Formats: sequence, structure tokens, C-alpha cells
Amino acid sequence: MNADLPVWAALLVAFFLILGSGLTLIGAIGAVRLKSFYQRVHAPTLGTTWGTGGILIASMIFFSVTKERLVLHEVLIAAFVTVTTPVTLMLLARAALYRDRSEGVVDTPGFDGPPEDDALD
Amino acid sequence: MTRLLPYPLLALSLLVMWLLLNGISAGHVVLGVIVALAASRLMAALQPEKPSLKRWSRIPRLVLLVMADIARSNIAVAHIILRGGHGKGVAGFVVIPLELRDRTALAILACIISSTPGTAWVEYHPGSGRLRIHVLDLVEEQYWIDQIKRRYESLLLEIFE
Repeated sequence: MNADLPVWAALLVAFFLILGSGLTLIGAIGAVRLKSFYQRVHAPTLGTTWGTGGILIASMIFFSVTKERLVLHEVLIAAFVTVTTPVTLMLLARAALYRDRSEGVVDTPGFDGPPEDDALD
Repeated sequence: MTRLLPYPLLALSLLVMWLLLNGISAGHVVLGVIVALAASRLMAALQPEKPSLKRWSRIPRLVLLVMADIARSNIAVAHIILRGGHGKGVAGFVVIPLELRDRTALAILACIISSTPGTAWVEYHPGSGRLRIHVLDLVEEQYWIDQIKRRYESLLLEIFE
């Protein structure tokens, strides 16, 4: 399988694989190292954007070269990840905000209360 | 035309998806068209608000802008994580007054903001159109308000309204 992969393709595939998995790893490290919940919520987005993107580009190049036809269905993975990420993120962020508000931890009044000055524009 | 194809974009994307998954052949084009038409009928039965696209020509510009911004903020957030969680600023919430009301446009804005590392969509109040986001590296609130409003909202307003 490796024999029919030319050097330029192998280099490109390796570059994108390392880029993608490296970013995902940094995102995972961030999820451990960052301090508050709201900060940690940002870390996995590295994995869902160019982390996934790099690995998918590598996969497209590898299979397009070895099968000698254009393989593009990885685009669908990227599209579905992009469309579904906000659902999880919003759910988590709003759950955290609800908890923090009911415990009185964060100072972020809801929109139902008197409008904040900075929001009146 | 509208009766047969109530949602042309949806039908087209379903057909493209079918062909990407199954490979392009005459048989799969026919099958894909059948699936796309059947799904359009189902969607019509649900009667969602139909998004109206006013300026198609702006879409590629928005896509390129977002992809470049995501690449840039990937690097920025990776830097912050590797330095142990400290950027130039602090993490905090920003409230952004939005003029955008179209539901599809708001959904796209949510995808953009959530997909960009360093910003997260927290909550949106439909009555006043205020959006609260969380920013990882907050130096100045006005910078982020301008960023979202000028870069994305103005383009989305041109496309949808």
C-alpha cells in the first residue's frame, strides 16, 4: 500500500496529519490546563476546526492518490462537524451559566432584568 | 416549480451528499434525485420559515473570511494554551447588540462564533437582539463588538436581508 504513494503525496499527507493531530492535542491539553469552565470551552474548538480539517485533508490526498480518483466525501464530515458543534457548545455554556447564576458565582445578569448599560447602543 | 421543489437548496445539497457518499453513476443520480425530492416534500410539510438569499455573490467572500479567521485564531488559542492559559487580556463575557433577525442568518453566525477558537456563543435574547459571547483573550470589549458586527454581521445582513 505504501509503495504506490509518491514522495510528494507522502510529505503532504504527513504535514496535514501532524498539523491536524497536533492542534487536536493542543486543544486537549488546553481542556486540562485552562482554569475556568468558560475558558476550557474554547480548547476543544481547535480539534473541531483545523484539527479535524488537517486530518480530513490528509485523508482526501491519501485516498485520492492511492485510488487514482477524487475522494471528497470527507467534506461531509467537515460540514456536519461545523454544523453540530454549536449545539453542544451552547448547551454546555448555557447549562454552566444557569448553574453559576443560581449559585450566584458569576456576575452576568440575565437579559430579562434591567438592561445593562453596555448593551444599550 | 415551487410545488415540486419547495426548497431547491436543500434538494441540491441532499443530491450532492448522496453522490459524495455513493459515488457518481447514473443509477445513483436517479436514486439521489428521488431521495432529494421526497425529503423536500417532508420538509414542506414541516413548513419552516424559508430563508431568502438576496446576494449570492457575497457567500464565497464570507466563507473565505471565516476560514482565514478560524486559522488565525487557532494559532492564537494554541499560543495561549501552550503559555499556560495567559493571553494579553483576561477571559470574559461581551454583550453584542445585533441587528440581524433572520433565523437562518443567526444560525450561521452561531456556527461562525462557536467554530472560531477563542469565542463562544453563550446566549441570545430574541426580544432585544442582544447576544452574549465568551472571549478567551479579552483586551477590549469594543474590539470584539466591532469584530463581530463589521466582519460577519454586515456581510450576513447583505446576504439575507
